[in-house]
Amino acid sequence: MATLTIKGVHKRFGPVEVLKGIDIEARDGEFIALVGPSGCGKSTLLAMIAGLESVTSGQIFIDERLVNAVAPKDRDIAMVFQSYALYPTMTARQNITFGMESRGVPRKDQDEQVARVAGLLQIEPLLGRKPGQLSGGQRQRVAMGRALVRNPKLFLFDEPLSNLDAKLRVDMRAEIKKLHQRVGKTTIYVTHDQVEAMTLASRIAVMHQGSVQQFDIPKRVYAHPANMFVAGFMGSPSMNFLDGRLAARDGGALCVEIPLANGAVAALPLARPPASAPADGRVVLGIRPEHLYRYDAELKAKKPALARLTAPVELVEPTGAETVANLRIGDREVVGRFDPDGAPELGEQLDLGIDMTPACLFDPGSQKLIPDAA
Amino acid sequence: MTLAIAIPAGQAEARNAWWRHVSSRTAIYAFLTLFALLYLLPLFVVIANSFRPLPEITRYGLIWWPQHLRLGAWAEAWSSTCVAGTCAGVQRNFYNSLLMTVPATVISTLLGALNGYILSKWRFRGSEVLFACMTLGVFMPPQIALLPWAYILGTLSLTNSVAGLILIHVVQGISFATLFCRNYYVAIPDDLIKAARIDGAGFWRIFHRIILPLSPPILIVTVIWQFTGIWNDYIIGMAFTSGREQPITAVLVALATAGQQAAPFDVASSAVLIAALPPLLIYFIGGKYFVRGLTQGAIK
Amino acid sequence: MTIAISSSLASPATPWRQRLMAWTPVLLIAPSLVASLIYVFGFTLWTLWISLSSSTLLPQYDFAGAKAYFELWSSPRWQIAYGNLLTFSVVYVGAAMAAGLALAIAIDQRIRAESSWRTIFLYPLAVSFAVTGTVWSWLFSPDAGIEFLAHQLGFTDFAFRLTIHRETALYAIIIAGIWHSSGFAMALLLAGLRSIDPDIVKAAMVDGASPARTYRKVILPQIAPIFLAVAVVLLQYAIKTFDLAVALTKGGPGISTTFPAMAVYDFMFQRGQIAIGAAGAIMILAALALVLVPYSLYSAWHARKESAR
Repeated sequence: MATLTIKGVHKRFGPVEVLKGIDIEARDGEFIALVGPSGCGKSTLLAMIAGLESVTSGQIFIDERLVNAVAPKDRDIAMVFQSYALYPTMTARQNITFGMESRGVPRKDQDEQVARVAGLLQIEPLLGRKPGQLSGGQRQRVAMGRALVRNPKLFLFDEPLSNLDAKLRVDMRAEIKKLHQRVGKTTIYVTHDQVEAMTLASRIAVMHQGSVQQFDIPKRVYAHPANMFVAGFMGSPSMNFLDGRLAARDGGALCVEIPLANGAVAALPLARPPASAPADGRVVLGIRPEHLYRYDAELKAKKPALARLTAPVELVEPTGAETVANLRIGDREVVGRFDPDGAPELGEQLDLGIDMTPACLFDPGSQKLIPDAA
Repeated sequence: MTLAIAIPAGQAEARNAWWRHVSSRTAIYAFLTLFALLYLLPLFVVIANSFRPLPEITRYGLIWWPQHLRLGAWAEAWSSTCVAGTCAGVQRNFYNSLLMTVPATVISTLLGALNGYILSKWRFRGSEVLFACMTLGVFMPPQIALLPWAYILGTLSLTNSVAGLILIHVVQGISFATLFCRNYYVAIPDDLIKAARIDGAGFWRIFHRIILPLSPPILIVTVIWQFTGIWNDYIIGMAFTSGREQPITAVLVALATAGQQAAPFDVASSAVLIAALPPLLIYFIGGKYFVRGLTQGAIK
Repeated sequence: MTIAISSSLASPATPWRQRLMAWTPVLLIAPSLVASLIYVFGFTLWTLWISLSSSTLLPQYDFAGAKAYFELWSSPRWQIAYGNLLTFSVVYVGAAMAAGLALAIAIDQRIRAESSWRTIFLYPLAVSFAVTGTVWSWLFSPDAGIEFLAHQLGFTDFAFRLTIHRETALYAIIIAGIWHSSGFAMALLLAGLRSIDPDIVKAAMVDGASPARTYRKVILPQIAPIFLAVAVVLLQYAIKTFDLAVALTKGGPGISTTFPAMAVYDFMFQRGQIAIGAAGAIMILAALALVLVPYSLYSAWHARKESAR
């Protein structure tokens, strides 16, 4: 049983407060991703979980045990660093056994553990080499082997894939996921890449400027972002934000009015009524690029909440699997992901369909999500 | 990076960790303070004794807190103490050092900059080999050069003269200055030079407008090192000049260690300070550049 | 990158102007090159020639084979000098390095006023060896220095007379040398300690290594090249030892603390035996080459290995 509980943790460096009250927890075997832009405090939080940084106030419990004052080596954790931090003057095998040697583990047990871990990660042929003779992906695996061999309660990863090239990153991501499925240890994974967070984690903590913006399963973080920061950070290309105003149409149905270029106003009917509305009716409508379509009747039949308007196409970027297009609605540029067949063309006045079912409403003042009426 | 972790939060574990932290910090500072005292002791001794009256020094020894202060020793060291037969103090020698070190430093640094520029940006066939040969000069022991210089100075009638010393230090300093400057200029992107040449600039224009403005760091380092090395040299000064023509570092040893005829401790301390002050001042003022020269020089 | 001497980018100037511009760099560097080459090779070859001649007071350009070398090595002065050099090198380099390492590790522990500490430990480098030797000779003198201080403080039986006895005088010079040069070792080692990836130290912490073990097994091996570089520089200082010994002990008592460089000077300028002196100079050069040539070959090989990766 290996759980992690972080209660009310603050961290201050001199006058600067980098963590402003963090409350998250990880259940046994969970894969928690701490994701956010640089400077949001995620690496500092990880260092505090590891015991490499002190806690200014608040508590950290590993398996119900308060570990604020416990040294890193006694916390039963293992860590994989962004730069791998392999000891350059030692072979891969020595790197893996260094911790065990420091703890006085007998040689026979050391060899057993190395064999176990090397088999798991398929690094047997690399054991005799020094880090300088290994490729990036190989070094990554040796670093993971060093962590695995400790059989820790908690696995900590600090942006382990940032130093790899794109293709390798995708491969290693899959390996980490497979490893977690096999080994099942509670893992805290720090990354600035939201794709990594989405694909790997069972729960994501999105962090910004020292606080957790949202802590939930990936699906909900993606589909029901707590605020505009989370909405804009998760997903690529990011969610489109349009300023508008709530208005009632005949029949009492609410819609969002978006000003268009020529002074006209587009009324986009909401799929569900919001729980509350700001006093002046101003809202921000959030729509993800994949929910934009070329309007046709067939689609409308399948998606009754499809709103319709016309928008000029300003930029077209075909990527092969889809076509990304920039459209202009009002004074905003809106990005959409379209099927390559029948994709919008440059200069076209596109008959645009917006699926309002997954669309989000945000309060422009607090930037928070306006939830649906119960 | 530190290996002592500060872990607050009131618990028994925490308090243990805190005590360990405090005691290791105390040990570190105690160690450093002890060594610092050992390092500063000679400096203290020299400074203190240049201001103490001689009877006090004789009574209480050299390593003692001054009880009376007296400025006279400085004046004696400067203008009246006897060394090698003459009793005119060390002022002449101080000026000798100045007259020797400043021109030699300036000339060798300028030549070093020019040579460094040429060897890094205007290479020609064989220039790398020639540079390597020049660099060897940095490692030459002075003993190899003693006889030849004696011969050359004799032929040029420069024996026992400051001009002779300048010649020696310039030739020996060129290797060092060229090495430093060339390694520094190599890091200036060649594209800058190419762009300048497309703009029509020639050799001197590029040196004047592009290279020199980028040079202050390395020039300062080179000047500091050259000045310190030339001022502090003993063997060249001692071998090729004597008496009133000697630089102060050379005459100092004669002054202080002449057995029975040695200058008394107070005068000798003042003389030591007069001799050691210029490079020390440069060190305290330009310390950062001093260290830079250290690390660069040793890595080569 | 070489800027072609005959550059096609040059404006269509007259042929003589073009050639002048092409030759300017070479002409400008020529005097320095000539002077340096004479200084490096000319002087060495000339000294070598003299060492193979039978010159005494003045140069004699005959060939006497290795006679001067035999006389050199059979002279007690040279033998003592060489023995002193060996002892001095080992103890001086080792102790200066150890002291420098201890100071560097201490300063590396994120202490306050770091630059002040560094300034204190480094200032001896700005002081000439001559001044160092002079001041330390005073500190070592029993009538006024450290022993006198001990007596003043009440330790009347305390004896500290290194410079008085033949067997211990060398150690006085070594102590003064360590005082002078350990700051240099400290500065370079500290720079090395600073260049280590902090994540590696964190990994060692997580791995459970004690600070001592981390230094021993992780940090120090990584800065091994710096130890080598410092040792090479210190060895050069040791081989060239002259000012320090002359100022501190004048080679005494007797000739017990003479060094090769001093023996050479003695033969050349005080005994009128310039062939033997030249032979000594060549031996000193050989000692330096013995230290520097393998080192530069090693670092060139090491650099090529690094860039090949």
